[in-house]
Amino acid sequence: MSSFFFKIVESIRAAAHSVRAHGFRSFLTTLGIIIGVASVIAVVSVVQGLSSSITSQFDDMGTNVVNVNAFTPLKDRLQGKIAKLSYRDFLEIEYKVSGINHITPTVAATGPNGVVQYKGESTATRVIGTGSSYQALYGIFPEEGRFFNLSDDKSRRRVAVLGDSILDKLEIKGSAVGQYIMIGGEWFKVIGVLEKRGKLFGFDQDDFILLPYTTTRALMGGAEEPDISISLQVDDASQLESIKQHIKNLLRRNHNLSKDMSDDFKISTAEQMLDTVNSITSNTTMVLSGVVGISLLVGGIGIMNIMLVSVTERTREIGIQKALGATRVDILLQFLIEAVFLCLLGGLIGLLIGYGAGALVSNIIDLPSAEVPMWAVALSFGFSAGVGLLFGIIPAAKAANLDPIDALRYE
Amino acid sequence: MMSDALMRENIAKPIIELRHLSKLYKMGNQEFYALNNFDLDIAHNDYLAITGQSGSGKSTLMNILGCLDYPTNGSYKLKSKDVAQLDETTLAGIRNLEIGFIFQSFNLLPRASALQNVMQPLIYRGIPIKERRIKAEQALIRVGLKERIDHLPNQMSGGQRQRVAIARALVTEPAILLADEPTGNLDSGTTMEIMALFDELHNDGQTLIIVTHEQDIAERCHRVIRLTDGCLVADSVNHEIEENYIEQQAEKEEKHV
Ligand SMILES: Nc1ncnc2c1ncn2[C@@H]1O[C@H](COP(=O)(O)OP(=O)(O)OP(=O)(O)O)[C@@H](O)[C@H]1O
Ligand SMILES: [Mg+2]
Repeated sequence: MSSFFFKIVESIRAAAHSVRAHGFRSFLTTLGIIIGVASVIAVVSVVQGLSSSITSQFDDMGTNVVNVNAFTPLKDRLQGKIAKLSYRDFLEIEYKVSGINHITPTVAATGPNGVVQYKGESTATRVIGTGSSYQALYGIFPEEGRFFNLSDDKSRRRVAVLGDSILDKLEIKGSAVGQYIMIGGEWFKVIGVLEKRGKLFGFDQDDFILLPYTTTRALMGGAEEPDISISLQVDDASQLESIKQHIKNLLRRNHNLSKDMSDDFKISTAEQMLDTVNSITSNTTMVLSGVVGISLLVGGIGIMNIMLVSVTERTREIGIQKALGATRVDILLQFLIEAVFLCLLGGLIGLLIGYGAGALVSNIIDLPSAEVPMWAVALSFGFSAGVGLLFGIIPAAKAANLDPIDALRYE
Repeated sequence: MMSDALMRENIAKPIIELRHLSKLYKMGNQEFYALNNFDLDIAHNDYLAITGQSGSGKSTLMNILGCLDYPTNGSYKLKSKDVAQLDETTLAGIRNLEIGFIFQSFNLLPRASALQNVMQPLIYRGIPIKERRIKAEQALIRVGLKERIDHLPNQMSGGQRQRVAIARALVTEPAILLADEPTGNLDSGTTMEIMALFDELHNDGQTLIIVTHEQDIAERCHRVIRLTDGCLVADSVNHEIEENYIEQQAEKEEKHV
């Protein structure tokens, strides 16, 4: 066993020598592996960064959270009908459906109500009216100050909770809490600033202002009832399906939908959305892995090709080595380890390039940090070594089986 | 330690014994004996020249003696051990332990330095790198190449390359040194230098077998055999040289005592 270990060490030494002696050719030989591994690592790191950042968004949102949104089927949309959820829908659900923990309506202020001013600075942002349950449902908490409470909502107080980016956009210096800003021509007192969530796909997740729902409705005026969405949390997860069914029945009745008409709303849960996201990312990973697997295979064939050429080129050397006492196993190991060595070297270079490319892409599309999971690193190296073994064995066997006299005579 | 008697017996017994050795080449329907019913004994510390016309079977004989090739028939005993039909791996081990090869075209590894070339056979013996380096340096010093240790083959002259090859053959302390036309690619001055080195090795007790076309080289050897069409046709001892040598050795021994 120790003599086998000795042979491995000597073969690695010889492989390093040979790779160094043919520097540029070695690089070209492993190019396929480099590209293959680099793309695995780049793609996996971006997809993983993406999916972990999306997952963390959903994690903030409490479990058993159900969202209800208006949804206009295509057929209706073509006829110019637009579905809406109304405040009445919200009240019906709140009072008639049991087993609900938190529930809140959410409405987006539009037009001039999206413009915010502060000491001569003016900016457009998303102004959202919602209930005090919002923070529990979405897991967003104030970094400073407080969220609005039930009484703020009941008495339509002009209070605002700011997303972190608003501070910069309005150039608010010092503590924002207690200061006044103007929204849609009305003064609002800032009572809280939310914790920062960062960017996703270049989309600033901190660029919004939350107001109490009733205040927002008053701001928007009564001309037309706006479309709202409803978020709620179910008390007991096992009741989720039956509660969804209950809401569905309720809304269908409210909206006077006959049996043959499809829903004009969508009920979705955080888990459902998460499942969808996960299946998209895992499908993407699988398809890309396949593509990359093929490129590694092509890289392997490239390596086999060069190794075969190199065996022919070194026929005489092999003859000399055999004359000096190298056994078949010595020669086999030497070429096999050279192939594996080349592939692992390519894998390592590919890993570094892929990591760099992944970090660059993540940076450009504003994902959090790219993370390369250990399994991807292990898989890349394992695959590289496997490719080396698989495609190295034929050239190595060819070298090992050379007849010493023929090899010595080879010109 | 071997007893004196055993040592003498060992020396007396031929290091190489060939009996009824033949090598048959088949090419299509034609059969052709490159060696034909060949008998030969070679003694310990012999200095043998093999001569003969081109195609007479000298290299074929050398390849079999060097365990690179298998005879078709007959037996080959190397140090009393029959090696004619051993498997490839065992033969590789014997080549490594017992045999030093020197070729006409030097056959150095082109991308390895002089030192690395000389270290190469020791790898197959499982000797660690530090020890390999020491032994290889000693061998290179012995052939007078101390200054060229880190040179690549293409940075050396033919004579220097052949010295590296000789150092590589010596480094394993082989039982026999086989040289197939070692000076065939060298000018006459360099040839004489290489032959002087061979004489020195022989004086130190090495068994040498040299294939040559050149008369003056054959004359320097103690024994000359001649091949024609795969048969041994002449076997003569160069008495003058042989007697000188025996006298010299006796003197040496006296000095020792
Ligand atoms: N592999 C082979 N197949 C067939 N015939 C061969 C083979 N190797 C050698 N021979 C033949 O065997 C004969 C002896 O060849 P060998 O190489 O031993 O000659 P040699 O005495 O060394 O000649 P030279 O002085 O030219 O080197 C030649 O006729 C050669 O053609
Ligand atoms: Mg020959």
